[in-house]
Amino acid sequence: MILFEDFVLRAFAAGLAVATVGGPIGCFVVWRRMAYFGDTMAHAALLGVALGLLASAPIPAAIALVGAVLAVALTFLRRRGRTRTDTLLGIFAHAALATGLVALSFIEGVRIDLMAYLFGDILAVSQGDLARIATGALLVLAVMARIWRPLLSVTVNAEIATAEGVPPLRYELAFMILIAVVVAVAIQIVGILLVTAMLVLPAAAAREFARTPEGMAAGAVVVGALAVAGGIAGSVQFDTPVGPSVVLVAFAVFLLAVAAASLKR
Amino acid sequence: MSETLVTARGVTVVRDGRAILDNVDLEVRDGEIVTIIGPNGGGKTTLLKAVLGLLAPTSGSVERRRNLRMGYVPQRFVPDRGLPLTARRFLALAPGARSEDCDRALHEMGAESLADAQLATLSGGELQRILLARALLRKPELLLLDEPTQGVDLGGEQDLYELITTVRDRHACGVLMVSHHVHVVMGTTDRVVCLNRYVTCSGRPTEIRRDREYLKLFGENAAALLGVYAHHHHDHHDDASVEASARQEAS
Repeated sequence: MILFEDFVLRAFAAGLAVATVGGPIGCFVVWRRMAYFGDTMAHAALLGVALGLLASAPIPAAIALVGAVLAVALTFLRRRGRTRTDTLLGIFAHAALATGLVALSFIEGVRIDLMAYLFGDILAVSQGDLARIATGALLVLAVMARIWRPLLSVTVNAEIATAEGVPPLRYELAFMILIAVVVAVAIQIVGILLVTAMLVLPAAAAREFARTPEGMAAGAVVVGALAVAGGIAGSVQFDTPVGPSVVLVAFAVFLLAVAAASLKR
Repeated sequence: MSETLVTARGVTVVRDGRAILDNVDLEVRDGEIVTIIGPNGGGKTTLLKAVLGLLAPTSGSVERRRNLRMGYVPQRFVPDRGLPLTARRFLALAPGARSEDCDRALHEMGAESLADAQLATLSGGELQRILLARALLRKPELLLLDEPTQGVDLGGEQDLYELITTVRDRHACGVLMVSHHVHVVMGTTDRVVCLNRYVTCSGRPTEIRRDREYLKLFGENAAALLGVYAHHHHDHHDDASVEASARQEAS
């Protein structure tokens, strides 16, 4: 049976790793209203791809690096206070995307599969890719566990946290860099265009039944895992693109959660 | 002897070319309740934030006692409905908060029954109590309250101010509070600072009531406030006569 072929099993494993980090990170993306920031990171990823190819560096590392630099730049521009955050994101998302596309046009002789970056190519996950994805996921989870409580406090109310001696800037910056890493890791699975969906959809679905922040994060992991498993299985079965299939399953789960929660009330 | 907790000297805050605070001096000592009053846009919240270190003054200095533990209740806090959080868990977010600290703070605010309620479902008065509980959790040496009776109904206001006095007595902490309930605050505060971009007057409530600048700021409102004030049951017997004289001088 094709579902138990090696490459499909690797896809499942990589997808589960991404769902596991996507849950907690996605919750904070929702709580901090950073969905558009996630999109900006995804757009900038194309610049990371171009730079990685030009410097013959590993592509996920280049994507994460570009994202982290952008996160720092955005933080300081936002502190200036003249330009609103959504305007800044609108500027940088597209400036980075344009730069990436122009840079890619300069790379001769290398034919890159743009579609794979835009929509993900989970079924082409190699042994090495899987190891990198798992390492990235573990790293993000470890940092997240360490900063969980202060980041939550800063997210609920930054001023109270500051008064209590918890500096918001440090944790906000750390979280943005984590998003950059997650985007770099998750792009191979769902692609640039859909990566934010994997952060926002599971968290939003989990919100319907959660009573605690941790409960919501755990719920988001479960929803993400369901989406990945269902999406990959569907993609193999019906020969549909993987990324969109995964997102569709997540969307279906979200709709079900909303409907069930509404009925309960 | 009471020690100085925080001293602000010549604090000036300029935003986009407009001075929000102009050369403001302020001091809060151990065990003392200082109330900042003044018109809207007079810089009350900005001064509180400068004292807290939430914003850096354009010029002037704020000196806090070394390792000063501060508790803060902000002016506006609307819990996000997208973040599931019980009142108890909200308290536990304070650094170093243990479970028994949360219980004690909830008990002190008479808010035990709210412990398992979602933060976003609390009423204005309930939320204010939970915010106060969070501020008290770490046994603060200085409590900073920005309009602590916001969203609290009339009967509850007086109760809340009495609660703040009780807290000060029990914790022996300094309190710096912003309020525009001028007359209610008079009975519970040790010192009043009238702020309208700069400090127009300051001193004990009994002194301040006769100050020209104070009357200029609040005299014309005294009559209206007296109307509101009459609904309160209270025990500050000299208020009515002072307010009457304030009215007289203002007219």
